[in-house]
Amino acid sequence: MEEELSVASRAVAVGGRRKPERLPGEARRIGYLYVAPAFILYAAFNLFPLVQGVNISFYNWDGISPGTWVGLANYREFFTDPAIRSTYLHVLELMFFYTFMPIVIGLFLAVVLSRIRIRGLTFFRMLLFLPLVITDVVTAVAWTWVYGTRPAGPLNTMLEAVGLGHFIPSAGWLGDFNTALPAVGVFGMWGGFGFSLILFLAGVMKIPASLYEAARVDGANALREFLAVTLPGLRYELQVVVVLSVIGTLGTFDEIYVLTAGGPGTATSVPAYQIWNRMFNTGQVGSAAALGLVLMLIVFAVTFAINRAMERGGED
Amino acid sequence: MNTAPRRQIAFNYFLLILCSAVAIYPLVGIGLASLYPRGPASSPSGFSLPPTFGWHNYVDAWTQGKFSGYFKVSTIVAAVMVPASVVLSILGGYAFATMRFRGAKVIFWLFILGLIIPTEATIVPLYYDVRAMGLIDTYWALILLEVSGEVSFGIYWMRAAFMSAPRSLLEAARIDGASSWRTLWGILVPFARPAILTLSVLTFADSWNEFFLALVFTVNHMTAPAGLASFQGRYTTDIALVSAGAMIVALPIVIVFIFFQRDFMRGMLTGAVKG
Repeated sequence: MEEELSVASRAVAVGGRRKPERLPGEARRIGYLYVAPAFILYAAFNLFPLVQGVNISFYNWDGISPGTWVGLANYREFFTDPAIRSTYLHVLELMFFYTFMPIVIGLFLAVVLSRIRIRGLTFFRMLLFLPLVITDVVTAVAWTWVYGTRPAGPLNTMLEAVGLGHFIPSAGWLGDFNTALPAVGVFGMWGGFGFSLILFLAGVMKIPASLYEAARVDGANALREFLAVTLPGLRYELQVVVVLSVIGTLGTFDEIYVLTAGGPGTATSVPAYQIWNRMFNTGQVGSAAALGLVLMLIVFAVTFAINRAMERGGED
Repeated sequence: MNTAPRRQIAFNYFLLILCSAVAIYPLVGIGLASLYPRGPASSPSGFSLPPTFGWHNYVDAWTQGKFSGYFKVSTIVAAVMVPASVVLSILGGYAFATMRFRGAKVIFWLFILGLIIPTEATIVPLYYDVRAMGLIDTYWALILLEVSGEVSFGIYWMRAAFMSAPRSLLEAARIDGASSWRTLWGILVPFARPAILTLSVLTFADSWNEFFLALVFTVNHMTAPAGLASFQGRYTTDIALVSAGAMIVALPIVIVFIFFQRDFMRGMLTGAVKG
């Protein structure tokens, strides 16, 4: 899901935190030689295409015949085309499942579990981590089966067994306009809660016991204790989870492709899927390029805003 | 006094077992489904063992389902991509950790920027670039693109690892008059071996799990996840066979994860937490 927590975004939450320290060591020109191989590749396949993308985004181009210059029309679409707007609304709804719910579940469990030393934590951690480690395509295939209608998967089998079969949508959970997006969301929640739980659990254990004792001396109840000690103590872990899961949700693609292909209709279409679809299926290459750049700018802005907000919150 | 903690302990283990069960249930479920007889009539509901145990679905997926081919592509790409990416990251991280040169800061932050540039932002021009190079549907397309995407994190990671090396190590090398190349491979790389192992494991996982690039750039030479996605599209109702394919794709990562669990955790948790 990630969320997919791709390696690429793993360090982002840290990026803004540390002041870039003065680089150590001697002044050595040979440094360029060491950096060059990686930088040439990186520039050729990441930085240079960005510039090319800006150029393509000014054209109405189907990828085959010569394009026509349309200026900013592809960007204007972002505000006028409801299909594009809906992809971002879908992402917002998914964030409830991909970001908010794993945080709530993770916080609750971390608080409860941290009170007692757990034997075999390594083993449980391994199980909780499996959904994250295995590729989204495999886990999404597994969930296609969980939600399955023909043949009935475990979810429907269970609902029918307890007499709730009438709740099952006739088009299936992933085929119904109302349930498809939440169904994708539940998949993402499943993929994300292990990460936040383990991260929070490790964080809670690092909070000095003296802080809790002090709170208790002051007569704080469990809720006050949570708000005054636990939550501030987990500020950094929270920042990591929020940044990574929000970036991951904005870039969601794999599970949409496997679970719903953006459907039914465009009920589960997300920005990345829209870009792929416009590029390869509907021949709107210029528009796809523009949407890709807009997505990047939104990711930049959101990452910056979250990091700023959470750092400022911490200074109070 | 004694019963409350005991009840609490029981409750805690209950919660942990419940969470773990939720986490692995869908995966165990398709594991069981993969052993069911083939065909739309067979219906693995996830709450019972298969009527007969058989590996025939794996054989079918491997041969008819072309998973042997997908597996080969993923293996070759990872075998070239992981060492290349790790070596480039070591070289770059070394320079940023121990040397000062004009523009170093800017170049480093350009790499960091790569951590949040979504692939979708560059995919359109990349497709035409790769096509112009005649590399569509080749190993090279995936290898080059994956390495270029991975060095951002790799350099960030190796720089941090080398910066944690004690100053005295570098001083000693300098007094001995060791060249920068010898200092790196003779002193710093052995020192940073755990960090390098972690980076290699994470890089392998990323390469094996890569889907989007494979979807865009390959046609016949699909990687394991891309092969699975197209396979699922063709055999939607044959749950048993698709599940066997999914297990084949997941297996290498699960094995690596079991063996290098600590590296995974450290990379995904510490890597995210500690700069």
